[in-house]
Amino acid sequence: MGMTMAEKIIALAAGIEKTKAGDIETVTLDRLMSNDGTTHLTIDMYNKLKNPHIADVEKLVWIVDHNIPSDSPKTAASHKKMRDFAAEHGITYYEGEGVCHQIMMENHVRPGELIFGADSHTCAYGALGAFGTGVGCTDYLYAMVTGTSWLLVPESLKFNLHGKLREGVYARDLILTIIGRIGANGANYKAMEFCGEGLATLSMADRISICNLCVEAGAKTALMEVDDVALDYLKAHGREPKAIVKSDPDAVYSETYDIDLNEIEPIVAKPHFVDNVVPAKECEGVKIDEAFLGSCNNGRIEDLRVGAEVIKGKKVAERVRFLVVPASRAVYEQAMKEGLLDIFLDAGAIIMNPNCSVCWGACQGVIGEGETLISTGTRNFKGRAGHKDSFVYLASAATVTASAIAGKITTADRV
Amino acid sequence: MGKIFKFYKDVDTDQIIASQYLLFPTIDEMKTHTFESLNSDFAKDVRPGDFVVADENFGCGSSREQAPGVLKALGVKAVIAKSFARIFYRNSINIGMPVIVCKDLYEAVKDGDEMELDLENGVIRANGKEYSCTKLPAKMQEILDQGGLIASLNREE
Repeated sequence: MGMTMAEKIIALAAGIEKTKAGDIETVTLDRLMSNDGTTHLTIDMYNKLKNPHIADVEKLVWIVDHNIPSDSPKTAASHKKMRDFAAEHGITYYEGEGVCHQIMMENHVRPGELIFGADSHTCAYGALGAFGTGVGCTDYLYAMVTGTSWLLVPESLKFNLHGKLREGVYARDLILTIIGRIGANGANYKAMEFCGEGLATLSMADRISICNLCVEAGAKTALMEVDDVALDYLKAHGREPKAIVKSDPDAVYSETYDIDLNEIEPIVAKPHFVDNVVPAKECEGVKIDEAFLGSCNNGRIEDLRVGAEVIKGKKVAERVRFLVVPASRAVYEQAMKEGLLDIFLDAGAIIMNPNCSVCWGACQGVIGEGETLISTGTRNFKGRAGHKDSFVYLASAATVTASAIAGKITTADRV
Repeated sequence: MGKIFKFYKDVDTDQIIASQYLLFPTIDEMKTHTFESLNSDFAKDVRPGDFVVADENFGCGSSREQAPGVLKALGVKAVIAKSFARIFYRNSINIGMPVIVCKDLYEAVKDGDEMELDLENGVIRANGKEYSCTKLPAKMQEILDQGGLIASLNREE
């Protein structure tokens, strides 16, 4: 019996020849990412250990991205704890450089690695053929101290991509369509593996966007075959693969889906669930108070280019805030070089520093009671962007920007 | 016996503890905000030994360990749901809070009912009836028995 990509990467990390879905394996982690969402608690637990130590400090990457710059004395204290600990132990540390997953993709992730991130969207690393999975701070601490953890080998769902996305349709529309089809727990405990000739038509930005959102279907990880697009990205960022794994022709999948990219259309996920998806045209006219272009899902240069093209020469609607948040310093600098920031500024957008921003609803751009946000962020849960009685719609960079111009939900072909 | 606090399906971790409280220095400072968006009296009303009962996919969304953390800090004895999202499930076991899969309880009880949990035998008693629940995988039972993953780490070393 052949193995899936997920099984192969776990076997590699466990130092064994073969494994299969349902087995529990002890693995050595290749990399351990943690951000300011939970690291202060990890440090408190670390300090209470009988024998505190770090197995391999080279594998740790700590990133302050959720509440940066800090919004309160309490946040500042949590950041200081993280900053001081990282300095004391020599941990690779970023602060204000960008959203953790974007930093990881630009600087650390390598194909074939098994990575724990204390953040659910760690599954994004599958865009480079790495097994990334989200864990809590206790799992993180255990792996930090021992260098190892245990994993239940997941079953895999296979998504065969065919054709090509039409003009004006984006990776965000594709993954929202898939989540709508399989549901918020449709991939719970499972790996989502993407392959097929349609994959070759997708850019790295598209791929990260797709893998990143797979946790919204409950997935343990997302994986994509490593091809020239991925290898070119890796090379451009000065890294080599750990291993390039491909699923075997006789690998076992619990389900296989064939997706025709040509059939995908602009999609919106309505409040308060990511799987609550409808064609964008069904939300046409819903009044918005704020629009957000950014996050680990859609804050890359490709997304800013899409937004800039839609809004060039136009204005943000009156009484609407349009937040533009590049996902990293590199993205910010590139957007500046290409003149995209000028376009957004001329249109009346608010450009913010690279961070998680309103996607997680505790830092910038928080919305008030009864307000509506359209967002390229990751989630639209009740209260996710601020007040418990507020509303979040999720859509592509194009749809979000078009809606900022119209002051109501609309698609880019209508502004 | 403990009181049941009943919730629906796909309860995400943002509802259990909202983002704006996550960077508070300690779980104790966060816990008064538990389930704020769904039941603002929850933290005030819940007593040690009470239970949270929910439908499918409890704890979906963010990996924030603060979610099971605040429930445990408030004394919630266990969460019983038809199914759990995987990160919440693993986090709960890791901090030593039982998470129990029971397919039949949810429809049979209402908010405010009382129930009893017999962890060892995998049985729940409520309203004069018994419901069997799924046993934890051995690896998880072992962690729970040791009082959580960190307790097991301290023991190993």
